[in-house]
Amino acid sequence: MAIMETLYVKTGDEKWKNTTKFWQKIFGVNFAIGVATGIILEFQFGTNWSNYSWFVGDIFGAPLAIEGIIAFFLEATFISIMFFGWNRVSKRMHLTSTWLVFVGASLSAFWILVANAWMQYPIGMEFNPESVRNEMNDFWAVAFSPVAYNKFLHTTFSCWALGGAFVVGVSGWYLLKKRDIDFAVKSIKIGSLVGLVAFVMLAVTGDGSAYHVAQKQPMKLAAMEGLYKGKEGAGLVAIGMLNPAKTVYNDDVDPYIFKLEIPKLLSLLGYRNINAFVPGIADIVDGGYTLQDGTTALPFEERQARGRKAIQALADYQTAREEESDAINAGNSTAAAEAATAAANHETILRENYAHFGYGYLENGEDLIPNIPLTFYSFHLMVMIGMYYILFFMIVLYFIYRKSMSTTKWLHYVALWSIPLAYLAGQLGWVVAEVGRQPWTIQDILPVQAAASAVSAGNVITTFILFAVMFTGLLIAEVTIMVKQIKKGPDPVASDENMHTIHQ
Amino acid sequence: MSLLAGLLVFLLFVQGGQSMINTLSRKEDEKKLLVNALGRKWEFTFTTLVTFGGAFFASFPLFYSTSFGGAYWAWMILLFCFVLQAVSYEFQSQPGNIYGANVYRAFLFINGMLGTFILGVMVATFFTGSEFTVGKGNIAGLGTVGPVISQWQNPLHGLELFVNLRNICLGLAVLFLARTLASLFFVNRLSHEVLEKRSRKFVLYNGVPFVLFFLVFLIWTLFAEGYAVDPGTNDIYLEKMKYLHNFIDMPLVMILFLLGVVAVLYGIFQTVFSEKFKEGIWFSGAGTVVTVTMLLLVAGYNNTAFYPSSVDLQSSLTLQNSSSSEFTLSAMAVVSLFVPVVIAYIFYAWRAMEKKRLSTDDLSSDSHTY
Repeated sequence: MAIMETLYVKTGDEKWKNTTKFWQKIFGVNFAIGVATGIILEFQFGTNWSNYSWFVGDIFGAPLAIEGIIAFFLEATFISIMFFGWNRVSKRMHLTSTWLVFVGASLSAFWILVANAWMQYPIGMEFNPESVRNEMNDFWAVAFSPVAYNKFLHTTFSCWALGGAFVVGVSGWYLLKKRDIDFAVKSIKIGSLVGLVAFVMLAVTGDGSAYHVAQKQPMKLAAMEGLYKGKEGAGLVAIGMLNPAKTVYNDDVDPYIFKLEIPKLLSLLGYRNINAFVPGIADIVDGGYTLQDGTTALPFEERQARGRKAIQALADYQTAREEESDAINAGNSTAAAEAATAAANHETILRENYAHFGYGYLENGEDLIPNIPLTFYSFHLMVMIGMYYILFFMIVLYFIYRKSMSTTKWLHYVALWSIPLAYLAGQLGWVVAEVGRQPWTIQDILPVQAAASAVSAGNVITTFILFAVMFTGLLIAEVTIMVKQIKKGPDPVASDENMHTIHQ
Repeated sequence: MSLLAGLLVFLLFVQGGQSMINTLSRKEDEKKLLVNALGRKWEFTFTTLVTFGGAFFASFPLFYSTSFGGAYWAWMILLFCFVLQAVSYEFQSQPGNIYGANVYRAFLFINGMLGTFILGVMVATFFTGSEFTVGKGNIAGLGTVGPVISQWQNPLHGLELFVNLRNICLGLAVLFLARTLASLFFVNRLSHEVLEKRSRKFVLYNGVPFVLFFLVFLIWTLFAEGYAVDPGTNDIYLEKMKYLHNFIDMPLVMILFLLGVVAVLYGIFQTVFSEKFKEGIWFSGAGTVVTVTMLLLVAGYNNTAFYPSSVDLQSSLTLQNSSSSEFTLSAMAVVSLFVPVVIAYIFYAWRAMEKKRLSTDDLSSDSHTY
């Protein structure tokens, strides 16, 4: 929309204005749903993940608050000018507003993804046994974590990609119907350029993502690839089918029914070295392989034991501190000093083992393994759709260049029926990111079972059903509204010019 | 946080307006005008609510954890009615919205009634208390109740708050305040004689119950027992007339509170009794911000537990035991320096968009209407 409106202001061509206005209408319908889902996310950290909210709220709350102050108000204020201001503010002011909506939306994406990235790669904090929580000690480490920065770009480009695919697809429908040809071709020009840039950048940032996942969340990488036994110079599975007979992580069943592999690529992508060792699921659970820093990976049992040691040390620390304060109140300074020393010792043990804290809440090694088929297929399907779209947009741009876009019927069909794929790819990406990191709400520190609220499952299921019903209802309304808007099409240029002159 | 709450309650005039679209007018074009007048403002209220939530999370994570995770259903109902609001403006006038404009207006009505009432009730619990316990040791398995730190002790998970009479009083006070402010907003914003006249009447109809419910809540609270903190031992105990003492101990807060109340009443009286007076919303609005801000300072300052537990006094949340670390609070303080910039561009945008009052003619000429 911002690019289209810039073209309008630069060229003074009313057709660009109408194109902008049409896509803004569609944007408005989607924006409403976006607002509705955003507030749910915020509430649910408290309602459903209350322990999480205390345990890391000191770090996690800040990005949410900053998002509200810096991004949401920007969006809300200038979206109002964008929708209602065509006849009320100057052309340039309106254009600035449209760009500021884009800036606000991107800033909002940045801060929420900073928060998400921090869960996957917790940094910039220290555990405080006194307050029993993690406390932030380096704001910039949180805000500019390499994972956050990469995640921001990957997610934002995925939004551009969806936008591009949607615009090109809908415009394809107009071309099929042989109506609003000029509008449709104009839209396709912008949509396919944005789309191509976005999908290429998705591949680049996706590579960055895979690299970070390999370093910080090796289990997620193993799940994405269905890699049970690690190896040096591991290949990347291009296409594969998992064997449902594989039920235990360390049995001898071949995890694949078939697979087509690109040799050495996984090692290269994950570790920037074609011969690097990529640990598999079994390696990560059982330990024993050599980590990047030269140390040997610990087996689950050892990490669990150290995690429990840390949890016990926290309990002992609490008791010792209570004894200390009791002793001080009773005026017994020797006992108080002894308790203080004991507390200090417990704190040392806690810190030594804190890296394994979350493992103490888990029961056995299998708990570390996320849902493999879901992660594996989601990842591969997402990548395939991405590759498909790069090709698709190149073809579209070729036909635009040849000026035969409006007459190439098969391409209109392809564009139209590809729209769901773009939505699917975005969802699959989030499935990989969030299912792949199970059981952790915060990597290695807090598993889901220790993060949830003390609310019974019945309450949560009831809420879930209510949301499911409500959003299904809203989705149906949203889709039919969009279909109606699209069928109606952009306003004819002439009448709009009339209106424009009246108001001048 | 108190100031944000004050701004939020002022901006609830949008909800107040939503609750009376059908009673203020019977004509479709007038209803449409009301919807559109509110529709240019609803996002500010919504954004303030979201920011209020985020800022509360960042500054008092233990409150967020305890209240949201405990009074689960109270917050969920609030959430539902705001989710409904989020789509209702945009969808109601669109062809193909399936359920028809009246359903979306019903959503706005629900949001207007429940949104204001629930927020009022939740604020009232800062004075009346809730049934929860907090054990930070739980996470280390010290308790027998599992790892969750904050545990709600009432199985109704927040629904019980709606049958406490004092909570209801503040809930209704906020509801009628929002409706009063909405009437004042319509008087100020609309270029429509009939609606302006009716709105003036509605200022009276809603202003009177607002004042009554607010006075009952206020007097009851001032003379009730309050949750005091012993600054030496951090023990929490019940003190008679604690909140009255807080006002007396903090004279500046009391003076500002009273000035705020006077400003609210002045806006109401002038609008009802002077036919030319259109600026009521500014007096009552500013008064609301100040009054609510001061009321919340009384809930938390002067060694008071701002989120008290009525079943286990020592679990009550105080500013000290529930806030973020000094580091995070400092970071948030730096971020809040950005607030004047936000206010400046909001002010600029409102000015640019509202050079003239909204009339039914605008709805046909503006490119985007609800």
